Amino acid sequence: MNYIIGIGIALVIIVWVVIIYNSLVQLLNQVENAWAQIDVQLKRRYDLIPNLLETVKTYMKYESEIFEKITMLRANAMNASSVQEKGNCEGLLTGALGQFKVAVENYPDLKANANFLALQEELASTENKIAFSRQNYNDQVLFYNNKIKMVPSNIIAGMFSFKVKEFFQIDASERMAPKI
Amino acid sequence: MWEIARKNSRKSMFLLIGMSIILIGFGFVIGMAVEPETGGIMGVIIATALYFILLLVAFTQGKSIMLHMSNAKEVSKSEYQQLYNIVEEMQIASGMAVMPKIYVIDDPAPNAFAAGMSPKNSVVAVTSGLLNMMNRDELQGVVAHEVSHIINRDVRYMTIATIMVASVALLSQFFLRSMFYGGGRSRSNSKGGGKGQIIILVVAVVFAILAPILIRLLYFALSRKREYLADASAARLTRFPLGLASALEKIGGSALDLSGANKTTAPMYIANPLKQKGRKLRNLSSTHPPLEDRIRILKAMGNEYSYANYQQAYSSVTNTKGNIIPSGALAENK
Repeated sequence: MNYIIGIGIALVIIVWVVIIYNSLVQLLNQVENAWAQIDVQLKRRYDLIPNLLETVKTYMKYESEIFEKITMLRANAMNASSVQEKGNCEGLLTGALGQFKVAVENYPDLKANANFLALQEELASTENKIAFSRQNYNDQVLFYNNKIKMVPSNIIAGMFSFKVKEFFQIDASERMAPKI
Repeated sequence: MWEIARKNSRKSMFLLIGMSIILIGFGFVIGMAVEPETGGIMGVIIATALYFILLLVAFTQGKSIMLHMSNAKEVSKSEYQQLYNIVEEMQIASGMAVMPKIYVIDDPAPNAFAAGMSPKNSVVAVTSGLLNMMNRDELQGVVAHEVSHIINRDVRYMTIATIMVASVALLSQFFLRSMFYGGGRSRSNSKGGGKGQIIILVVAVVFAILAPILIRLLYFALSRKREYLADASAARLTRFPLGLASALEKIGGSALDLSGANKTTAPMYIANPLKQKGRKLRNLSSTHPPLEDRIRILKAMGNEYSYANYQQAYSSVTNTKGNIIPSGALAENK
């Protein structure tokens, strides 16, 4: 009789561990998916920038300084490896693109160019998508981190060494970047 | 975000169960009134069958019926670049796995709706009038409101509620008509019934008249609650409640009726598409909260966007104490 109860308790514990382990894996996957989504959008922005600069070059002859700055910051951001470094580089790049958008205001011809307008909408939307995917990533990291810190799931997280994830931070100046 | 969706599914289950109980009870009473000996069970069988048939049709065909009735056409990114981008932005913000399909309705009245029973198979439809009238931030607010209906499972929830109303209404009409035309025959068949039979008949008639009205009032209250909740989710998704506020102001300023909408499909839209009818009985029988209140709440939020901020603004604008946001969602930070 006693050993039947023992087996019963062991089974309940195993099922409980499996359920918590699976929920942790699911949350971790959501964090990773969210990160992948940020990456997709960042790559889209890297691809868009050369197209945009190419289109405006003939109109904006006296803005080569901004062009060079954007090109350099784009290269830096593409090479960044850690989450924190990436956050900093992307913040600077967004700031430079903000300057570019202000400069565009001085070229009325450009604002009548359909090709430019389409690219500008693409860039604006990609920047929104970066912001929204970052927002979603941070939400997911919050859920995941809470789960691995809270009792009782922290026991299972410790056993299978689930690590706390970093938030994707940006500096405050970028958050106020001008909207087109 | 996820908390609300889960709560909503649980509520949908309660609604589904409550609806079955009302339907079965109503079917039983009607059956007893028609044929005291075996009618009760027949009534239950008929009511259940009707309910499942309607539910099946709604779950499998609801989206296509809605799209067909509103004359919506699917569009691609090359035709509507900005709309497509905005929907994709909201998909990303909400963490939806699959992007909703995008439909445009060629109609000057500004309006929008969402359809589809699950987030994996959903639709966002907007009118051409809306596209012409709104700037980017406003359009984003409207799309966020519709995407919120999808992720909060409101489409499924409201479909279940609509079927509840429709089944009871159909049964009640069927019964009242059969009473009118064939009631005498069944009464003469059951001589032993006497007083008890008459009481059952009276109860059944009262039921048949009251049940559709009560269920409708419940339905309208639910529908209004879902609208507030979708506004709150939209503010949280876009981080910009003023965009939706300004969009609602423009929608409110338009006096146009949407030609492809009717009483059944009206609750699915962002704002009541049938303005003339909606204005008369404002409070109890309207499917949408007053636009002015929705706008004032969103404006009162200012630059804040969390569920807790919406709840706060809601309480101060409407002067009520009750929670419009599920408590689980209020607790989460940002």
